[in-house]
This record gives sequence, C-alpha cells and structure tokens, in this order.
Amino acid sequence: MPSRAETLARAAGLRAQFEAAGALPVETPILQPAETLLDLYGEDIRARAYVTSDALRGEQMLRPDFTVPVVQMHMAHGAEPARYTYSGEVFRRQEDDPDRANEYVQVGYEVFDRADPAAADAEVFALISKALANLELRAVTGDIGILMAAVRGLNTTETRKTALMRHIWRPKRFRALLDRFGGRTPVPPTRIALLAMDDPLAGIAPQIGQRDLGDVTARIKTLREDMAADPIAGHELSALETLLSVQETAPFALQQLRDVAVNLPSILPALDRLEQRIAALDARGVDVGNLDFEASYGRTSMEYYDGFVFGFHAERRPDLPPIATGGRYDALTRQLGNGEEIPAVGGVLRPGPMLELERGVR
Amino acid sequence: MTLKLGVPSKGRLMQKTFDWFDKRGIQLARTGSDREYAGAVSGIDGVSLVLLSAGEIPRELAAGRIHLGVTGTDLVHEKLPLWEQQVEQIAVMGFGQADLILAVPQFWVDVETLDDLDAAAAEFRARHGFRLRIATKYHRLVREFLRAAGVSDYQLVDSQGATEGTVRNETAEAVADITSTGETLRANHLKLMKDGLILRSQATLWRSRMCKYTEAESASLAKLQECLGTG
Repeated sequence: MPSRAETLARAAGLRAQFEAAGALPVETPILQPAETLLDLYGEDIRARAYVTSDALRGEQMLRPDFTVPVVQMHMAHGAEPARYTYSGEVFRRQEDDPDRANEYVQVGYEVFDRADPAAADAEVFALISKALANLELRAVTGDIGILMAAVRGLNTTETRKTALMRHIWRPKRFRALLDRFGGRTPVPPTRIALLAMDDPLAGIAPQIGQRDLGDVTARIKTLREDMAADPIAGHELSALETLLSVQETAPFALQQLRDVAVNLPSILPALDRLEQRIAALDARGVDVGNLDFEASYGRTSMEYYDGFVFGFHAERRPDLPPIATGGRYDALTRQLGNGEEIPAVGGVLRPGPMLELERGVR
Repeated sequence: MTLKLGVPSKGRLMQKTFDWFDKRGIQLARTGSDREYAGAVSGIDGVSLVLLSAGEIPRELAAGRIHLGVTGTDLVHEKLPLWEQQVEQIAVMGFGQADLILAVPQFWVDVETLDDLDAAAAEFRARHGFRLRIATKYHRLVREFLRAAGVSDYQLVDSQGATEGTVRNETAEAVADITSTGETLRANHLKLMKDGLILRSQATLWRSRMCKYTEAESASLAKLQECLGTG
C-alpha cells in the first residue's frame, strides 16, 4: 500500500496537471450540511456517508464527494465559463466490506461551459485518459441521456414517464414499472375491486397523520387514470430493452442505437450528441474505434449524471475500485442552482489505487 | 477464566431465558437485592452470568467481551452489519417472537404494497414539500429493506418508544416497528403492508466468534453445548 504522503504527493502532481490545463484550484469544506445531500440522494446516502451533528447546525456529513460542494460554489459566485480542480479526502461509510477504504484521496477536474458540450465531454475524458496513460486500464463510456430521452419519448401518460424517470437509477424498480405499464404484470384483484367501487373511501378508518384524505383521493384518481390508459406498446418496450443491452465499441454502438431509433425516434437528438462527442473525442486523439460504449453504464452507481458517463477500470485487479469516473451532470446544476443552470461535466481520479497499480507493473 | 454468558437483565426476556436454561439442567439466578445486577450459575462449572440490557448484548458479543449471549435476531441484525462473521447462532429459544414490519394508516386504502408506498411517497413529497417520514428505531434494517425494494423519497425519523403513536401525533406518516400480535397496530389505526415484513425475530443464544478461548473455556463451552444438546 502506498503511504499517505506518497498518495498526497501524487494527488498534488495530478492537480498541477489540471491547473496547467487551465483549471482554477478550489477547496471545499469537509463538513457538508446533511439536508442538501439527503434531499438529492434520499435516505440511501446515510448508508454511504458519515453523519455527525451538533446542537446548533444539526446534521452534517463528512463530504462523500466534491461534485456537490463544487457545483454549489460555482452556482453561488462562479465566473463563466469555469474550469476547476481540487484534491482531498472523501469519506465513505462501509457496512459490508471491511476491505474497502472509508477515507481516500480524490483529484478532480470539472468544466462549466455552455459553448460546446461535446468538446467539453471530450476535454475531460482526454485529460483524465492522459493522466492514466501509463496504466493498463479499460475505459468504458455510456450515456444516461439516451435512456432518459427514450423514456421521455414513450407514447404513454406523463405520470408513467415521471415514475420511470424517477427510477432510472434503480434498474430493478425500473423494470418492475415497465412490466406493469406494459401490461405484463397483472393488476392485483384487490386493486381492481378497490378502483371499481363508487366510493373507495366509504367507511374508512379514522384519518391520522399528515398524509391526509386529499392525498389518498388524489392517488386513487391517478390509479384510475392509469388503469384506463393503454399499456405501453410492445415495439416500444422491446426497443427500450434493446437499447439497454447495447454493448459495443463506440462507432458500432451508435449504429445499433440508430436502428433502435426507428421505434424510439425521441432518442435521435441524443444520438446526434453522441455522434458529435465521438468526433470530438477523435479530434482529441482518443482511439474511438476501440473505445467501449455500454448503454447501461453508470445506471447503478452514478446517480447525478444525466448525459455522458465514463470509468477507467483495472481489469487485472478486480480488487481495486474504478481508478477514475466521471460524467455530465447538467440537471444537478439546475437542482442546486436556485433557478440557474449551466451544462457541466467532470471526473475524479484516485491517486492511491494508481500508485498501487504502478507498483504492480514494476 | 470462566465462560461469560450475557443475559437480558430484566423482565420477561430474563425470566424466560432462566426457564429455558433451567429445563436443560442449568440454573441461572440474580443474586443480592432486586436492584443489584449480579448473577449466579449452578448446574455447570466454569460459566459466569453477565446481566446486560438486551440492546447491548450484540455489541458485547462483537467485541468479544462475552462468549455467549441471549438476545433477539432483530437486535443482532440491526447492530452488527457483519453479524455472520462476528457471531454464531447456537440455539433459537422459542420465545420472544416478534416481527419487524412496516405499517401505514388503515385509511390509506390506496397503499397495499411497497410499490404503492414508493408512489405515495413521491406524491407526498411533491404535495407537502418534504420526504414521507417513517418512524423507527431499526434504522439500518429498514433502510436496507427499502433500498432493496427500490423505495425512494422517504426519510427515517428516530423513535425509541411508543412508535405506533407517532402517526397520530403527526411526527411520522408511517412506522417500522416490532410487533407480535398486531394488536397495538390495530389499536392505533395502522395496518401491515402486504410485503412489509422486514424480519422475523426471536430470542436466540449466540456465540461470539471474536473471543479467544482458553483451554478451560473451550472445555466449559463443550460441556455447555452438551447440556443444551447443541454440541
């Protein structure tokens, strides 16, 4: 294992590379208000982040990543366009695997730029790829934006689309919803009986709590509308499944996705963006002909990304975490921006595992 | 040194534990005044009794400060994420049965399953501006359960007692708590969800995998296992 001093020295070197590429170095507090992170990620974040508290400020979290505080900082008083770099510890609570680090150093590079998103994607990927050039890694790319465009374009009710969008990052629940909206899962008889009643609320138990009669009535109305709506068409469902299973080198993946677009034309603009990104990566000297693209990449682990996603993995060392990860998070700037938004993309490297790999090579 | 056996220090759980050991030829007893937490063991040599709160027994087992302990499955699973590596189940004891369940108000006719709860939580957050609150003291178990089921837009609020009353008191919209017969739930106008069973629990005798055993302690353990018929 590399010592802490070695890891920090390596982190400083990487940060210097990013500064040389035009990024402004920034620092963020280690203690973050818990409420912001809880509202973004939900209660699940408690399993991954350390929570502490005091009587004055309430719950605080030891920063589980830099992206959220850097976005907040930029949205509050950042100039435009902006490039930032940072390095420091992040903290991840571990409940299952004692061998995984609960504190480690990350170095990041983030771009806030409206001008040319494809070029910004390529810039971040190429810069990180260059920093990792001496290591034998497999790079994987993906694009959550294509899946989101597919869902938004389905010929079905807004309620269903919203439900699917909410669970893009939870593949199991997403699949269950698709099966239900596609008519593959039968509606339970008790539900049919309830919705068939003239007054489903007749003779109900006392109302208690803040989820009130208005909430129950509104949901019954939603359920009745859903019951009356047609199932999502078979050709759309199978196109969505084909889309999710695409795993190819980038140019072939694009071709396969163009075939999928025959049944899901709503993804065409997202595919044009993918094509522009491939061209921009090529222009930056990335070997796109051998670059892997997986349409489902990042769906379980990268919940704020909504476009381009990527990761660098040490395939010969499955014990190591991904050496670098990143992606585009336009929606996060909107959520944290109080009415403002800006296209943003970035990535982080882990100098610790990088050093471990380098030693293995020697 | 003696083999340390941790037993809940009061109430029905203590009495039933004493009865259970008594049936197997080992007498456990509290000694001194009613208020003194000291105990005695007869019927077997080399075993000493440690009286503890049931909630602390998992921690003591994991730390290896007691060799054996009696407590509920619920508490072991909640407090020890790696419980399979830290403790071994010696015997389920046939009492203290209770289920950890998720319950919602009876008048929520639209909520029968976790799927419904998830949809209701999303609508609740949109309408009320905060995440639907679930009161519990089993934070880790409930969170893991809901994560596996893909339920989102909720928050856990801590409730160390009288949890079924939190909905009426408007400090939570739903509860996750231990129930044996469901009577308290019904009395508080709550209902079980169809797929809302999180864990079945009962009093269990555990052995710590974290202590070192001297030769004498190993011999006492073997003797005890023989008496209990679990060897």
